[in-house]
Amino acid sequence: MDWGALHTILGGVNKHSTSIGKIWLTVLFIFRIMILVVAAERVWGDEQQDFVCNTLQPGCRNVCYDHFFPISHIRLWALQLIFVSTPALLVAMHVAYRRHEKKRQFRKGDQKCEYKDIEEIRKQRFRIEGSLWWTYTSSIFFRLVFEAVFMYAFYFMYDGFRMPRLMKCNAWPCPNTVDCFVSRPTEKTVFTIFMIAVSSICILLNVAELCYLLTKFFLRRSKKAGNPKHHPNHENKEESKQNEMNELISDSCQNTVIGFSS
Amino acid sequence: MSWAFLRDLLSGVNKYSTGIGRIWVAVVFIFRLLVYIVVAENIWKYEHDEFECNIKQPGCENVCFDHFFPISHIRLWALQLIMVSTPSLLVVFHVAYREKHHNQKLYKSPGQIDGGLLCTYLISLILKTVFEIVFLFLFYKLYNGFEIPRLVKCDMRPCPNTVDCYISKPTEKMIFLYFLVATSCLCIVLNLTELSYLVFKYSIKCYRKRYVKRHH
Repeated sequence: MDWGALHTILGGVNKHSTSIGKIWLTVLFIFRIMILVVAAERVWGDEQQDFVCNTLQPGCRNVCYDHFFPISHIRLWALQLIFVSTPALLVAMHVAYRRHEKKRQFRKGDQKCEYKDIEEIRKQRFRIEGSLWWTYTSSIFFRLVFEAVFMYAFYFMYDGFRMPRLMKCNAWPCPNTVDCFVSRPTEKTVFTIFMIAVSSICILLNVAELCYLLTKFFLRRSKKAGNPKHHPNHENKEESKQNEMNELISDSCQNTVIGFSS
Repeated sequence: MSWAFLRDLLSGVNKYSTGIGRIWVAVVFIFRLLVYIVVAENIWKYEHDEFECNIKQPGCENVCFDHFFPISHIRLWALQLIMVSTPSLLVVFHVAYREKHHNQKLYKSPGQIDGGLLCTYLISLILKTVFEIVFLFLFYKLYNGFEIPRLVKCDMRPCPNTVDCYISKPTEKMIFLYFLVATSCLCIVLNLTELSYLVFKYSIKCYRKRYVKRHH
């Protein structure tokens, strides 16, 4: 059980996302999770061992480290990634519920049902409208909230995004104000800024997706109000072609990511 | 043999669970198992090496560490995850036994839980809740509440007098301990909700059947 399992869980949601949602998922896995696992964890790996204080007093180093790093950057990022990925599960659950209802109708032999067999129901891609639109929009909203909360927590806990080389500590049992030196401060600052930048890009993508969904919703409403006779078949053909292309792009991206993580 | 085994086990159980049961599986996977493996294990990795006492007496640090941490938080957490997931095996075994007996695939959909499987499912829910509460109580008793102090005073032999010992990363450990308690409580609430929902649903069903019989 690791990040690869999260990727498998979220991969299923990809089918029912918009194009911006698929880009967001790719950015999440390649520029955040992969960077965290492959690079950032090594940089923070030796953080307490190499945190050195200018004193021989036993315990002073432990206490000063705990004072300056109540929760390590790397742990905060991992939590942020977990929380930010979770709203997508709401969509997955909604889709699973809809599929379950359709399977039930199919088994009852409902004449309205247009599927040939259960496999078709399993493979079907639902359009983002009706109640699924609300679930999808709320999941994007929660993602935004979690991203913003974690970025603020970072800024608040560490007084900005810079890692200083030297910290002055006078917590007990340090006998006086001692100098403590952080290991690899520049490398840590670089990665912190990188992660914050990618976080901001993800926030922008989420805002763009939200605007896109709202625009689509209002356009659809005005179309229905203005033109009661519309041609659903033609719209479906165009959309399904676009969806196939999107799936091909996202599948190839996913295969690359799976190759890396395994 | 690793956590992937537990993951496969829980995925198998998902097929026969109600909606709340699936939410429970998702919470256990993501907020407990994933957080444990990806985040928590690293915090407690060097806990013994970083445990420091204000003394040069050989053996004093070892003895004090052993006194204050009879079983490490992280090991207790792992045991809790394993014990809490195991009752779901009862359901898997029941289904496998019935299918072998009848030589065909039963229980095609989660709505079809009948009397025998329902009993097994309810027992597994009760056991899960009991294990969660037992482990939370163990955590509380062993560590005097859910606090991890920065400094502990130790006077075990061979320490020559009362020495100050410093625990590493106490704040970070406390944050994740509270996270563990919160997810545990959430799982207890989910289990109790599912239990009451199933009991309510099937008693209404039974009552209706009896009422219909009497009417005819």
